[in-house]
Amino acid sequence: MNTVIKSRYSAEYSKVESALPGRSAPWLVALRAGALDKFSGNGFPSIREEEWRYTNVSGIEKNLFVPTDQPSSATVDKEWLDRFKLPDCWSFVLVDGYFSAELSQLDGLPEGLVVQSLAKTLDTDAEQVKPYFAHAVSDDEHSFVAFNTAWFCDGLFLKVSKKLALTKPVQLLHVTTQQERLSTTRTVIVVEPMAEAQVIETYIGVEQAYLSAAVTEVFVEANANLTLYKVQCESAKAYHFGGTYVKQARDARFIHHNFAFGGLLARSDIHCDLDNASECDLNGLYLGNQRQHLDNHTRINHLQPNAVSREMYKGVLAGRSRGVFQGRVVVAENAQKTDSQMNNRNLLLSDDAEADTKPQLEIYADDVKCSHGVTVGQLDEKSVFYLQSRCVDEETARNMLTFAFANEMVNKLTIKSLHDLVLTQVLERFPQQGISIDWL
Amino acid sequence: MLNIENLHVSVGDKPILKGINLQIKPGEIHAIMGPNGSGKSTLSHVLSGKSGYTVTEGTVTYDGKDLTEMAPEVRAREGVFLAFQYPVEIPGVSNIYLLKAALNAIRKHQGLSEVDAMDFLMLVKDKVRLLEMDEKFLYRAVNEGFSGGEKKRNEILQMAILEPRLCIMDETDSGLDIDALKIVSEGVNSLRSPERSFVMVTHYQRLLDYIKPDFVHVLAHGQIVKSGGADLALELEEKGYSWVENKQAAA
Repeated sequence: MNTVIKSRYSAEYSKVESALPGRSAPWLVALRAGALDKFSGNGFPSIREEEWRYTNVSGIEKNLFVPTDQPSSATVDKEWLDRFKLPDCWSFVLVDGYFSAELSQLDGLPEGLVVQSLAKTLDTDAEQVKPYFAHAVSDDEHSFVAFNTAWFCDGLFLKVSKKLALTKPVQLLHVTTQQERLSTTRTVIVVEPMAEAQVIETYIGVEQAYLSAAVTEVFVEANANLTLYKVQCESAKAYHFGGTYVKQARDARFIHHNFAFGGLLARSDIHCDLDNASECDLNGLYLGNQRQHLDNHTRINHLQPNAVSREMYKGVLAGRSRGVFQGRVVVAENAQKTDSQMNNRNLLLSDDAEADTKPQLEIYADDVKCSHGVTVGQLDEKSVFYLQSRCVDEETARNMLTFAFANEMVNKLTIKSLHDLVLTQVLERFPQQGISIDWL
Repeated sequence: MLNIENLHVSVGDKPILKGINLQIKPGEIHAIMGPNGSGKSTLSHVLSGKSGYTVTEGTVTYDGKDLTEMAPEVRAREGVFLAFQYPVEIPGVSNIYLLKAALNAIRKHQGLSEVDAMDFLMLVKDKVRLLEMDEKFLYRAVNEGFSGGEKKRNEILQMAILEPRLCIMDETDSGLDIDALKIVSEGVNSLRSPERSFVMVTHYQRLLDYIKPDFVHVLAHGQIVKSGGADLALELEEKGYSWVENKQAAA
């Protein structure tokens, strides 16, 4: 990245710095200063870095994305927001990076559940956040993490106390409402021992170019259970960089469902650190159209023995879109009896679509069960013929099979309203000739 | 109903069928038997419209229309049904969805309106009982995780619901145990009618113990080398395929 860009962001930073939350917490001020240094030194990631070789982010340098200095809920079209807001959840809405109490619905939170603005928490009781902040991911991970640490203006602090099982999910909505906006949010989710929660992260924005850079740090403590969903429906002109960094204590269970639908260029990083006998299950679906570039990076670190990891990522790529999957599983020397399966399947619907897939296993232990499988291909012609022989015309048969391929991931969703939201998004993105939603 | 005249079919440059002649009238059951590689499956694939086969000579007429000119789905809507030797698994598409899509496609082809949801469910449940299947199968993905016997039963279920006029059964008995064979055969027998014809492609005689054919044809090296009544199957079972193949060589 050229120095002009770096200095442009550095110059901008001095304008917003004083308004950033956590100025009274010296540890955070120091973290931010270090992160800014790292970003100023390295700039945004380059394709020379192995982890970024398929994803060129230089497009974002054409614009200077800046945060809003006047956060307001007034810019949000409520009807539009309601299409994404799930009725049976507590909802926490961030508009252009800032918490909006007006648009959120947090009535009846049970005792032991904290759902509040991260900025507010940092300004009133920063010590509550300190044991977690930057503990699941370091600013050395890559430049977007450092960028996020330096720039984040708000986010969510969510904590479920010991043994509490939430009766309904919490939905976090990231809404970007203006062109050339920079939304930098940080989320910290803590699920204490033996607690249970479901959290849904939703990203939406107006049909403009903007940059959404989010980092979510997750702590699933001993015997706790968390299902986290990410529904990324950013605008088709937007840039999205979102990292989810998870630390799982012993016997903790973490299930992730990652739906990458929007964005001109969107990248997700999902990292899980697994302690003894913990389990993670990572599911992903990316649907690319036109010139979209959708990148998914996962890393599972088996740090201790007896942990189980499952991973299934599916991509459907049409038009001139490109899908990237880089999945890495690292099994540490003492992580015996590790059981790991990784799968990535891609369906290419046009000659110009591209899938880059790179599964990596790094195994340092000797008593483990690890497998991976990758496919890139077109629809199975035997299946097309089978459907045709059952009276279905060829176009419908192809649509049905494409849809079915994606729908397998949607069908894993057990929250009805979420299932319907995701299904609608999938249907909107693909030809529907011959597909009848009421039969599904 | 079906008239095959001097049918020659190739896969790539390789001729597989070399002049098949076969006439099937409404209500008849024809068994096509033959050793491996004789062209049995090719015949059933060509009739149902699978791609990859070239008709180099001859005609196939179905109800006076040229069958080879029709897309597979049009053949199916016109009443030609292929029960697959290896039914395909289709994850993500439920059995009942496919049944409904297929039935409605036929009705549309016939100029009828879509089937009423309640009527459809009654019809399907009725047929499910006939084939001694669990209703849960309806809501599972097409053939996914089904055992060999369940897949074959599912084929017959589709047949029972779509009510085709020409049923082509490709090695339906393969992979079936005796109990499943009985259920499948009873299902097929219950579908017999004066208007409906069957072509049963099979390697072994045992299916014909349960579904009695009117005619048996022996296929070898891409030609029908012998035709006869149901007794021919028994004779074949006793003497083996070499008997007819040798006769052909001698001739």
